[in-house]
Amino acid sequence: MSLLEREVSGVAMTPDNIRTRRLPLVANLGTAVAAIVVAAAVVLGLDLGNWVLVAVLAVVFYLIGISIVAGRVEGRRAARDRMWKSLIYSACVLAILPLASVVWTLVSKGASRLDGDFFGTSMNNIGARDPNGGAYHAIIGTLEQVGIATLLAVPLGVLGAIYLVEYGKGRFALTVRFFVDVMTGIPSIVAGLFVLSFWVLIVSPWFNDGQPRFSGFAASLALTVLMLPTIVRSTEEMLRLVPGPLREGSYALGVPQWKTIVRIVLPTALPGIVTGIMLAVARAAGETAPVLLVAGGAAAINFDPFAGNQSSLALFVYQQAGDASRYAPARAWTAALTLVALVLILTVAAKLLARRNRLSR
Amino acid sequence: MGDYPSRSENATAGDLGVTASRTRAAGSGVSPSSYDEPPIGGGGALPKKARFSMESGFRGLSVSAGAMVLVIIVAIAIFLISKAAPAIGKDTENFLTYKQWFPNEADPKFGIAALAFGTLLTSVIALIVAVPISLGIALFLSHYAPKRLATPLGFIIDLLAAVPSVVFGLWGRDVFQQPVADFSEWLNKYFSWIPIFGGDGPYGQSIMLGGLVLAIMVLPIVTSLSREVFQQTPGMNEEAALALGATKWEMVRTAVLPYGKPGVIASVMLGLGRALGETIALALTLGLVFNISFNLIEVGGNSVAANIATTFGEANETGRGALIASGLVLFAITLVVNMGARAIIYRRREFRDSAA
Repeated sequence: MSLLEREVSGVAMTPDNIRTRRLPLVANLGTAVAAIVVAAAVVLGLDLGNWVLVAVLAVVFYLIGISIVAGRVEGRRAARDRMWKSLIYSACVLAILPLASVVWTLVSKGASRLDGDFFGTSMNNIGARDPNGGAYHAIIGTLEQVGIATLLAVPLGVLGAIYLVEYGKGRFALTVRFFVDVMTGIPSIVAGLFVLSFWVLIVSPWFNDGQPRFSGFAASLALTVLMLPTIVRSTEEMLRLVPGPLREGSYALGVPQWKTIVRIVLPTALPGIVTGIMLAVARAAGETAPVLLVAGGAAAINFDPFAGNQSSLALFVYQQAGDASRYAPARAWTAALTLVALVLILTVAAKLLARRNRLSR
Repeated sequence: MGDYPSRSENATAGDLGVTASRTRAAGSGVSPSSYDEPPIGGGGALPKKARFSMESGFRGLSVSAGAMVLVIIVAIAIFLISKAAPAIGKDTENFLTYKQWFPNEADPKFGIAALAFGTLLTSVIALIVAVPISLGIALFLSHYAPKRLATPLGFIIDLLAAVPSVVFGLWGRDVFQQPVADFSEWLNKYFSWIPIFGGDGPYGQSIMLGGLVLAIMVLPIVTSLSREVFQQTPGMNEEAALALGATKWEMVRTAVLPYGKPGVIASVMLGLGRALGETIALALTLGLVFNISFNLIEVGGNSVAANIATTFGEANETGRGALIASGLVLFAITLVVNMGARAIIYRRREFRDSAA
């Protein structure tokens, strides 16, 4: 209580005590240690729970303790400031924990089947008792489906963004812009159901003697629906960053608007556009639900995206997760590791590209 | 991304930061398409505007690409309705209030009451858990962390958003399930007098597990959007608060939070939209039981999207129609939620260019 006494007695306006009193670091650490000790004593003494509860209670006790101690030394407002600061820091720690756990599990469980067999074979004729089997067919499926979806979505998305930035004026452009934003929120399963009811059940029977047919191409269509708004938004943002004087210079030389867009605006914004496309591709590669609904999933290798069931990496993970075989979890985790590696490489590459982009901030 | 100038570094008074550079949008100059007829006078020697040219062709192409978005949204509604309507017609129970799902029988009986309830409950739990933590991280990244820490941490949070949902589902089922089951048992031991923690097991694949996994997935979305909003707080407001003697938290509470409120609401609604539509993670972590119960910890729970993924395999024609009908309901709900979120964002013009 010596701190308190000093506060009461010290009133002389010397340069030493005219500034607000700060809580010494020792007091802060002491509170933390005391909180942990008290929490451990309460929890383990009364046998209420395990170390997780100790940690939670320790944080609570620390918050109470620090606001009392700091309240005595620094005043009520500073105490509240400290309490919120601690809360904000602990929120951050809390969020890092699950991410670390996911990464650790991915690496530790996924490494067990990370062999040539996994990347070289399919699940064809692999029974419940076979430890081998791989994701070759699923990797083929992912690459083909995402590739076709990119081919469909990129021209459409970039042209849509060009409309919004260069030509769009008035109500219609505002409506389009609004619904592009709304479309980013469409659940992937709804996109899958749309392609199911439109392509698989209505259009595909025309090519297949009246029988509805699953195909990788249908999955591509669903992924296109999901990628389109992302590409439009990111491209639009990049096109807006292209300086107006570049366009005006081009117009002044008598270049028509379409040529200005194709030859001046697009090349200037290209790195940013590519970044957006890569992020959209990464998102599409991880989608499971649409592929499950319209590509059907398959155990064998199928190179033809237009006929017959296909699998994809994400779908492979889901199907192996539901498989009763004792070898299935290892396959699921290795496929998940492959998928995350693919997605993260794309994402990180896109972000590094964005960092080198002179147009963006 | 993530290289935002921090407020204190370029803090000239009245500095509007990102916003100022955005007000002068590109293309603000006069473009050839911004007038319909050539200006009068001085243009005598100019060639006449051709009726059909590359220009009008390119323009038409881009307009139709823009219109494609509207076409797709309308097409989604039309095709879902066209397949859902016959199935609902064959339903012998009330589609909106019946709790079970037997669409493949001779007399189909199905309703989305239990599914819609599960969807809402898991999403609400996810938001209750995720929103305070996300706002904490967003504030940490925008105002508390040193820049050297904030940039990589923001990068990691963005990466978290890119991890596919099936991976979170697998993690939730294989790794997270046991801790949650232990936690449920503990809750049940001491708090069984609260109905939501009642029951006598088994624990594990419960609403709580699904809700917590959803929370982890919603977190990066809410965080990254609200961080951007917090970072756009005018430096002047913050400095004025500090100059009046406010502590850091008081500055955040009086300057940053009120300014960011619409953006935060919008980000929460976008997170809600994602949580409502989440499929695979919930299909792997919920108990897939058709009932309406507020019990969070017992094995149970189901959602519209998870039900589509898990029962699609054995569905016949009516079954597919029934699943499409439930998807239509989901589409309508998420459309409303997203339109609400976007409307809020659009009201604040500042957020328009950054809200991804």
